[in-house]
Amino acid sequence: MPPDAAAGAASREIAIGVLRYRCETDQRPVWQAYRVPFTDDMSVLQGLQYIKDRLDGTLSFRWSCRMAICGSCGMMIGAVPKLACMTFLRDYHPGPLTVEPLEHFPIERDLVVTLSGFIKKLESIYPYLIPSTQRRLDEGEYLQTPSQLARYETFSDCINCMLCYAACPQFGENPDFIGPGAMALLQRYNGDSRDAARAKRMELVHTDNGAWSCTAVGYCSEVCPKQVDPANAVNQNKTKSALDFFVRFLGQPAHSRTGASDGGPP
Amino acid sequence: MTGPRPYLRPAKTAWWAHPPYLAYTLREATGVAVAGYALVLLAGLINLASGEEAYDAWLNFLKSPWSLALHLLFLIAMIGHVWTWFQIMPKTMPRLVIGGRVLPQNWITAAGLAVAMAAFVIILLVAEWMQP
Repeated sequence: MPPDAAAGAASREIAIGVLRYRCETDQRPVWQAYRVPFTDDMSVLQGLQYIKDRLDGTLSFRWSCRMAICGSCGMMIGAVPKLACMTFLRDYHPGPLTVEPLEHFPIERDLVVTLSGFIKKLESIYPYLIPSTQRRLDEGEYLQTPSQLARYETFSDCINCMLCYAACPQFGENPDFIGPGAMALLQRYNGDSRDAARAKRMELVHTDNGAWSCTAVGYCSEVCPKQVDPANAVNQNKTKSALDFFVRFLGQPAHSRTGASDGGPP
Repeated sequence: MTGPRPYLRPAKTAWWAHPPYLAYTLREATGVAVAGYALVLLAGLINLASGEEAYDAWLNFLKSPWSLALHLLFLIAMIGHVWTWFQIMPKTMPRLVIGGRVLPQNWITAAGLAVAMAAFVIILLVAEWMQP
């Protein structure tokens, strides 16, 4: 329902405080209060769209799909990292509801945060399948059983919304920490039986900015809107990193172990 | 001024002392109590090595109200430590796939807690049986 139609049927009003930052004039972020009429089916995103369309066209925020698949509208809603499209105004009536940009990220403008650090981390983990031997087209697909898929499947459900980073106090203290989201993607490939680049990715896991920056707070998995369980991705890699440390004393370098060791032979 | 001027909000100090991180902080703090109980046992061992008189003094200390209160605190912290330990355990493991399905994490937690409780009961029974 477009915001205009929603406003027509609205019977209730909610107070929304938005943390604004207009980089051309504001020295620091400031709170701005709005009153938004809403219906029971209106999301926080629709509330923000109402503000932008009817009350204040200068408000900036990211959004696209409106159905929790694009990962654009992550923000702090009532101080909790949430997707604005899957959070409903009715749950916060009568307010005041606070809406802030994602915690721990630099603010570009209003609710828009800087993405470049996160994108660099995603790029750094070799986010693609690197098979041990390239197959020719006429040799067919790289096959995988349902059991092998199950080992990493939820890690491939990540929509890069960065709520987990906003939830992670260790990322807040160390912006270079590779973080829950990128580590989930790393595990998505390291856990894939068709991949053979485990050793390359483990180089990143072993570092201070890899798995060892995590102290197992676990809040990242709680706020994840897609049940990716990034805390599981990070913490199982601590076990694997420690194992690699000891395995190298046994003569056989850990590097020779491939992703197949996680998934078993096909 | 033109162009982007990103603003990084100052990091929150003492984030660990506030929700939603308070449960995590308490969980980690139970480890201190576990270490504290280990120190009590270590003191007993040292006193045992230094002779009967010292050992009796340690036993008398254990019977004091202060010691009983301390041990009650240790017990509560230890139960919390065990409980949260097995809640975290599935996060530290690779996915267990049985018959093509991922084993639910709360099953792993339940299994761990069951083993811990069985061990607790067995130790109590053994201690009862060994009593002179």
